[in-house]
Amino acid sequence: MLKRLCIRLVWSLLVLIGAAGLSFLIARAVPGDPARVIAGAKADAETIALIRTELHLNDPLWKQFGRYLWQLGHGDLGKSYVTNQPVTEAILTRFPATAALSLTALVIWMALAIPVGVLTARYQGTYFDRIVLVIATIGISLPALWVARLLQYELAYKAGLFPVAGLQSFRHLLLPALTLVVLVGGYYARLIHTNMVEVLRMSFIRTAEAKGVSGSRLLFVHALRNALIPVVTILGIDLAGLLGGVVFTENVFALPGIGTLALQSVFNLDAPIIMGTVIFSAFLVVSANLVVDLLYNFIDPRIRG
Amino acid sequence: MTAYKLLADPLQQFKNGLDRNGMPLPPSRQFVLGTDSLGRDIFSRAIHGTRVSLTVGLAAMCTATLIGVTIGTVAGFFGGKTDTLLMRGTEVMMSIPSLLLAIAFAGLMDGKLVHFHPAGLPWHFLDLKLQQGITSIFLVIGLLSWTGIVRVVRAEVMGLKEREFVQAARVLGAKNGRIIFRHILPNILPTIIILAMMSTAGTILLEVGLAYLGIGARPLPSPSWGSMIAEGQPYFISAPHIVVVPGVAIVLTVLAFNLLSQGLQEIFDPLRKDRSA
Repeated sequence: MLKRLCIRLVWSLLVLIGAAGLSFLIARAVPGDPARVIAGAKADAETIALIRTELHLNDPLWKQFGRYLWQLGHGDLGKSYVTNQPVTEAILTRFPATAALSLTALVIWMALAIPVGVLTARYQGTYFDRIVLVIATIGISLPALWVARLLQYELAYKAGLFPVAGLQSFRHLLLPALTLVVLVGGYYARLIHTNMVEVLRMSFIRTAEAKGVSGSRLLFVHALRNALIPVVTILGIDLAGLLGGVVFTENVFALPGIGTLALQSVFNLDAPIIMGTVIFSAFLVVSANLVVDLLYNFIDPRIRG
Repeated sequence: MTAYKLLADPLQQFKNGLDRNGMPLPPSRQFVLGTDSLGRDIFSRAIHGTRVSLTVGLAAMCTATLIGVTIGTVAGFFGGKTDTLLMRGTEVMMSIPSLLLAIAFAGLMDGKLVHFHPAGLPWHFLDLKLQQGITSIFLVIGLLSWTGIVRVVRAEVMGLKEREFVQAARVLGAKNGRIIFRHILPNILPTIIILAMMSTAGTILLEVGLAYLGIGARPLPSPSWGSMIAEGQPYFISAPHIVVVPGVAIVLTVLAFNLLSQGLQEIFDPLRKDRSA
């Protein structure tokens, strides 16, 4: 068990270094001289040369990457070219907005998807089941930016049910969260449905039924507990992905989150922030993978063996 | 769709596309779906947008499928260290948010020459010229969307490898290449087609997102659904149809690919038709 854990940890670290390397390569492909971005359009050659030496931009690429990794190991992601703010600080100040949005959305969509998924599995093939399938298929076909715009126009601007944009209170989070629910809620309902259908075919369900376990207890306790195990894996990774920046939703609703930060930095050619957000979100996904893997050992005794 | 494309050109009507105040016209008999901020017919622009989105989406799907199937087959067939290495590499790609990476990649392309080789060595064949255009966009999207395909293909190949007919072929002296191309790949072809259709839905959505941010295919005046939505945004309150129409076009196209993959799944694999849903 301990050995397995260590191997997993080492692999996760390697994956992270790979992600750092990839984002480093991309950042180096930024057109234009970072020194020129920092110094501004009117800077003279001397200033630029000074900044170049200060940032070690004249070193070979592998040396720069080595230095970057070394700093990364110390939790230092460098400073923004544009605002001179430390990248770690920039990311951490933006993180709460993204986290609040993702978690609100997660709670709403799971609260919808679990009962719907369970009931469609119980009443498979009925009109109810088919309608949910249709809604779910449409849901995964919607472009995020468009849904966000339409909801903003219809529900916030026309109907006045929600604030239009910005983030001052919890109410401001509801509409962006609803957007995410529209986009992924149906997918999760189907995911739970699929797993439920498989579990309901198993013999232990028949045993429980024969023992006289009541209908709802059978569905929501005996069956759902087993059906949720595979869902947890996908949920963990999806949540980490959301936390790493919900670019379009944040952009449309003007939320000060990681997605907005990443988008801004790309348009500003602010390479340290681009790399920072990519590595940060890779870190979240890798940790989510790790946690889910370990959780499995506790949830599902069959894997322990 | 072909019929629509043929109709698109004669339908372009630039004159009289604005009202007296210079605002876009709502849908009418002359302009079936209204006009945009420059008085251009939205119906014909949306149809023209199909070209960009479908070209990029399908080309990216081919790229992604090619990479995904190759890596998945090699990893699943050879197993062992090769498998571990390839799957960890895939994990690196999966852990990075593809949209961010695509934005970073695509936003940075403007005819810049990238030198991948060490500074001291004259390995200029490693140089890469980055340019904004349809080719780079589909390559970027394709290079980022193959990870989902790898896992499924690998699992299928691993299952097939142990089956009797593959063992029999091996006993008869067939080489690895022959086993892969004659015995394994034809058997997972249905799966590959389904995965390809599913990934097309994703690649089209990614293209729309990039075009919306202004880093899609160039030159700009040629309409793409994403850029149409972006252009229509300032007029959203007075003329929502500019944004609604390309969005509906996107939804219908992506929905078509999703339904296609679901339908194919039921045909090829009736017992497990719920698998992806």
